[in-house]
Amino acid sequence: MDNVILGLPLYYYIAMVAKVLVAFVFVLLTVAYATYAERKIIGHMQVRIGPNRVGPMGLLQPIADGLKLFFKEEIIPAESSKFAFLVAPLVALVPAFLTFAAVPFGSTIEVMGYKVPLQIAAYYDTDMGKVVDLNVGVLYVLAMASLGVYGIVLAGWASNSKYSLLGGLRASAQMVSYELAAGLAIIPVFMLVGSLSLQEIVKAQEGFRWFIWSSPMTFVAGLLFYVCALAEINRTPFDMPEAETELVSGFCTEYSSMKYAMFFMAEYANMVTVCAITATMFLGGWDGPFSRTMPLLSPLYFIAKVYFLMFVTMWIRATVPRYRYDQLMTLGWKVLLPTSLALIVLTGIAGFMGFNTFFG
Amino acid sequence: MPNPFTPIMQGMKITLGHLFKKPITLQYPEERPKVAERFRGLHGLKVSHNRAKCVACYLCPTVCPAKCITVEAGEDANHDKFAAVYEIDMLRCIFCGYCVEACPVDALKMTGEFELANYRREDFVFTKERLLEKK
Repeated sequence: MDNVILGLPLYYYIAMVAKVLVAFVFVLLTVAYATYAERKIIGHMQVRIGPNRVGPMGLLQPIADGLKLFFKEEIIPAESSKFAFLVAPLVALVPAFLTFAAVPFGSTIEVMGYKVPLQIAAYYDTDMGKVVDLNVGVLYVLAMASLGVYGIVLAGWASNSKYSLLGGLRASAQMVSYELAAGLAIIPVFMLVGSLSLQEIVKAQEGFRWFIWSSPMTFVAGLLFYVCALAEINRTPFDMPEAETELVSGFCTEYSSMKYAMFFMAEYANMVTVCAITATMFLGGWDGPFSRTMPLLSPLYFIAKVYFLMFVTMWIRATVPRYRYDQLMTLGWKVLLPTSLALIVLTGIAGFMGFNTFFG
Repeated sequence: MPNPFTPIMQGMKITLGHLFKKPITLQYPEERPKVAERFRGLHGLKVSHNRAKCVACYLCPTVCPAKCITVEAGEDANHDKFAAVYEIDMLRCIFCGYCVEACPVDALKMTGEFELANYRREDFVFTKERLLEKK
């Protein structure tokens, strides 16, 4: 087939649509069942059972929850700023899904003679003979991650409620503080890789040279990034914006029905993307045994890593209580930020002295 | 400054350990709880020789701190005293068990029955027929 549209073969478009659909449906399903998994896992960690009434083992619970929310009354507070109130859930939800466009969820597979890299924002350039992807992938990811805060602040502001406003303000302060540390924590990774493209970062880790264990600096950076990521997506122990003991439910206090469900989905979609980014940058992405010779295995490794990290976030939620607000700020500015700066310096000095990673 | 990692690690270990424990949840309406032997639930009038052992001595309404027991004595064919009316108002009863202790002929007991919810107020007054122990 030699049909060329706008300089790209027809296969490119087919593959792109297929990739977008698969990734989107995958994230949506993961989001739905993450709620179920979280309730089950935390339930069992508290020696309870968790949802078990709807369907076998409660497996239809997310569907039941969705239906319930769908049929709830849509309430818009009379004194709210209507347009911003309606737009806020979308502003929170869309960036959460957009981030996934740059994440490579598998290596390059060959379908009917056309090579398809399993990453949405990427294609296989036959002239250059390699995969071309977003060359500032990490920046794009960080940008999208920080867009999420707008939805929350907007929701807090538009609701015209003190609880919502406080939740929104807390969210903005927290996300800004932790984004700095998160952004700095991944700098050692691109210092070693020499590229901002996520595809290159995964390639640099191929063959179990994962950054989590390839040097002491990247190990600390990985932990740091994960902690900052948890803070950025407002998960316990950093769930300050919706601290239900203090702020009813923070920025989404005034929200009901599907708009509330959208915030909920945004939270879990953020969790999926953050875990996917951590897996890509520190756990080798789709790398695993035989992933180079059998590219179809690579998405499975990627999914396994993402799910493992999601399990860890739920595990942390079941264990660690919420930080006090001043402790949170102290941790962000006085501990995580200096540590990440020190890591950059250390990685630089080590590289200058001839040590990059244990694997050379 | 104390090491911040050890406590979190210890906590994580504990929660992971709990993940593999058997949940203690009782699936209540389907699974029944084991009621303690001396649990003080709904009263029961003991039966002997096909009739209630109660002799209508009025000790139980006298001792009752909530004044929830109504007894009216009657005379049977053998000119024996018996309780023609024996009612306990479960809305007033405080389940103290004094009535059981007071009974001189061991005619009263407390069962493990604890599901006493009802739809109408009248249904909370347990008559003699409802209190008689089922054989």
